[in-house]
Amino acid sequence: MKFAVVRFPGSNCDQDCVLAINSLPSASAEIVWHKDESLAGYDAVVLPGGFSYGDYLRCGAIARFSPIMTAVKAFAAKGGTVVGICNGFQILCESGLLPGALIRNRGLHFICRHVGVRVEVWNSRFTSAACTGQVLNLPIAHGEGCYYADHATLANLRANDQVLLRYCDTQGRIQADANPNGSLENIAGIRNEAGNVFGLMPHPERACDPLLGSTDGRALFESLLS
Amino acid sequence: MKALVTILPKPSVLDPAGAAAAEAMKHLGVEGVGRVRIGKIIEIELSGSVDEARLHSVATDLLSNPVVEDYTLHIQA
Repeated sequence: MKFAVVRFPGSNCDQDCVLAINSLPSASAEIVWHKDESLAGYDAVVLPGGFSYGDYLRCGAIARFSPIMTAVKAFAAKGGTVVGICNGFQILCESGLLPGALIRNRGLHFICRHVGVRVEVWNSRFTSAACTGQVLNLPIAHGEGCYYADHATLANLRANDQVLLRYCDTQGRIQADANPNGSLENIAGIRNEAGNVFGLMPHPERACDPLLGSTDGRALFESLLS
Repeated sequence: MKALVTILPKPSVLDPAGAAAAEAMKHLGVEGVGRVRIGKIIEIELSGSVDEARLHSVATDLLSNPVVEDYTLHIQA
């Protein structure tokens, strides 16, 4: 399975994603520059974390108009697998590929630490190697990760099983004090209605090697291969 | 000619920076302070004729995010 990892000016998790994907059996990843216009030959696309365009205007607001995003939208419209991590999630929301928005953390601080996230739905192409209710220990590193959507959008997300990850405590309980950034309904990751586009604030690519303190991120990448 | 685009968080959206500024004003003894929202103003210098409809579309598509923000457009001579 061949992954394209898109590098925007200001991306800084692109190489981490390439390393994590290349460590999986039967998967390989290549960097695609944001000015490229084609995703031909790739089976999946990753929009990595970082600070595309310096987070100017809003996180992801300018990256959304990069030339590659036309190809990403066409790729997604044909059912192709697209994953946005952290800044990539913000870009997916800004581009309308995912509903809602990511705004300033409730506590105003940039938060960089490991958190618990509970897998809410196992039968998705992004979580099939995990179990529903499984708690993953993943790092977050963001200042604008507070997920917001209006009531109707939240109701749709629930009705269609689109919320794949929620912030939780070590026991897997979805509680206010386990919510690091004020995200509505503790939302840490969602997929689109068609089920082929996934955005999440935690960094699974930084949790694929025992040296980094957790290997729980591998389950999310392995899901894509099954 | 200039266009000023004023962008504010929607009333339904949590604005912790605005809430903190409101608290600070209350600590300073400013009376009658209610809700405070913090946004941004974008000043655009323009030459030639102004396409107001185009400015509105740019304000919606790029300068603001309609999911969480409202904007107003003022054109100054």
